[in-house]
Amino acid sequence: MRADDTSRLAFQSIRRYPLRTSMLLLAIAIGVAAVVLLTAVGEGARRYVTGEFAALGTHLLVVLPGKAETAGGAAGMLVGATARDLTLDDAAAILRSSRVTKVAPVIVGTGNASWRQRQREITVLGTTYEMLDVQHWSMQLGRFLPQIDMNVSSPVCVMGNDVRREFFGNANPIGQWLRIGDTRCRVIGVLAQAGVTGPFDTDELVIVPVASAQVLFNTAGVFRILAEAVSRESMPAAQRDIIEIVKARHQGEEDITVVTQDAVLSTFDTIFGMITTALGGIAAVSLIVAGILIMNVMLVAVSQRTQEIGLLKALGAKRRQILLLFVIEAVFLSVLGAMLGLALGNAGTFVLRVVFPAIDFTAPGWAMAAAVLIAMASGLLFGILPASRAARLDPVQALAGR
Amino acid sequence: MMRLEQVCRDFLVGDQVVHALDRVDLEIRAGEYISVMGPSGSGKSTLLNLLGLLDRPTSGTYWLNDEDVSSLPDNALAEQRQRNIGFIFQSFHLIPRLSALENVELPLVLAGAAVKERRERAREVLDAVGLSARLDHRPDQLSGGERQRVAIGRAIVMRPGVLLADEPTGNLDSKSGNEVIEIIEQLNRDGISLLVVTHDPDIGDRARRHLVMHDGRIVGDERTDPQ
Repeated sequence: MRADDTSRLAFQSIRRYPLRTSMLLLAIAIGVAAVVLLTAVGEGARRYVTGEFAALGTHLLVVLPGKAETAGGAAGMLVGATARDLTLDDAAAILRSSRVTKVAPVIVGTGNASWRQRQREITVLGTTYEMLDVQHWSMQLGRFLPQIDMNVSSPVCVMGNDVRREFFGNANPIGQWLRIGDTRCRVIGVLAQAGVTGPFDTDELVIVPVASAQVLFNTAGVFRILAEAVSRESMPAAQRDIIEIVKARHQGEEDITVVTQDAVLSTFDTIFGMITTALGGIAAVSLIVAGILIMNVMLVAVSQRTQEIGLLKALGAKRRQILLLFVIEAVFLSVLGAMLGLALGNAGTFVLRVVFPAIDFTAPGWAMAAAVLIAMASGLLFGILPASRAARLDPVQALAGR
Repeated sequence: MMRLEQVCRDFLVGDQVVHALDRVDLEIRAGEYISVMGPSGSGKSTLLNLLGLLDRPTSGTYWLNDEDVSSLPDNALAEQRQRNIGFIFQSFHLIPRLSALENVELPLVLAGAAVKERRERAREVLDAVGLSARLDHRPDQLSGGERQRVAIGRAIVMRPGVLLADEPTGNLDSKSGNEVIEIIEQLNRDGISLLVVTHDPDIGDRARRHLVMHDGRIVGDERTDPQ
């Protein structure tokens, strides 16, 4: 048989049985689309949880002055050495490590703040514009600290939402001058209400540039330095880098402590692993369901055509020719069905993303690849196996439709 | 051209062996017109399937054109069927999605004939069975008699030496049945050997050689002169 005739015959049975063809395509497409959608939902959930944990500062390293001895008693007290202060230059130096993306020096103190007749004691936080990203804060009004060199002071401040309410009530605070101790600063932004995030109750804070805080509290050092590592995996290396860098700057003396949030991280790892396993389970179940669906439709479709196979045999068709017809048909249906399923699944994912914009629904690439592979494999296998059985049948039996 | 020697065909039904054909000897010469009659289960269809190489004998020898074809492998049998034998079935066995022309072309397609040649040949054949106006109709748009005529066209398009018909008029009314019989008789007059299995004595009597079967044996073999 000529190649063009073989494919023409195979395509005729695809084209001229529209109902059967569309049912087959639908079965395969639904199988694939189900896998894509289910894994997209699972992956969306995973990303959502990952994002929530990232907001807690999973990549965060906290640098403290002084060496916390875990053994051997208080060495500093014996030799009479006090811990050297951390400085803004130390913070700038830490940023040289390729494993550290952002650095925010922090100074904390209390001061007397007043606006017109109102005044109260308030926690003042001196830091840089990097702090907004490092702590994953968000703004309600105005903007955060200006992006200036950390050694430059500037008469501006950002306040927490409770502070804003107490001083300004419903009035617009932006542009107002707040007095803190002996200095005045212009309000340029208000943080979104958040409650306690990380070590600070942001609603009760007034935030000023770190150099201004140094002047305010008359200090050259900083309270601590927050550093964000490139990734979860690089945190131990980043920790070593920071210690090396500061040690070199402090005459070879290791007089700092770098703390990570181990409890948070290990919880994160447990939950992350569980979600990944659940996602794999969802994908596996939907793949099996898709495979069985395709198997059934293919089996029915082929056994309906046993008589036709018998006739082809009576007319002198060889087994190979009959098989080839069914292979072409099954390949075409499986490929087209899988593509349709991918389109359908991604369209569904898109709708989900529009309806729930908070969650990033995206089917992972491996799930899509596995769905297409399983669809094609089961489409081919269960398209060809029964056809091959029928092609081996006695022509007499096949013609009788048995 | 066809010779059976001591051919048996046994079937296992449950745990019982049924002799559908029991030591049958038969010789068919080119151009003969033979009818096979007998009660149900007498082995008529088994004999036809065996002669048509759709089935193999359990024992005995089948010579087709002086070649022993009793135990050829599947693909060799398929080739022999393609070259030498045309089938007509009671239920037509047309492929419903193909037009009359495409159904007739099918054996040529399977044999790998060129498009132009096979189209011409299929038209000729459909013309010969009186269906030149129905080339593009699908089987479900044709009457029973027309369908059987398409099937006849398909059976003779490879120019086989023998035409095997199993109850060719079984699903037809008597008028279209007669037309079908007349067409295959005309083909016989043009030289093809014709073997018709039938229940209908009127049709059986028209043949020039009458085989009667009973319990897997040929119990009658008469010849009448052509009228």
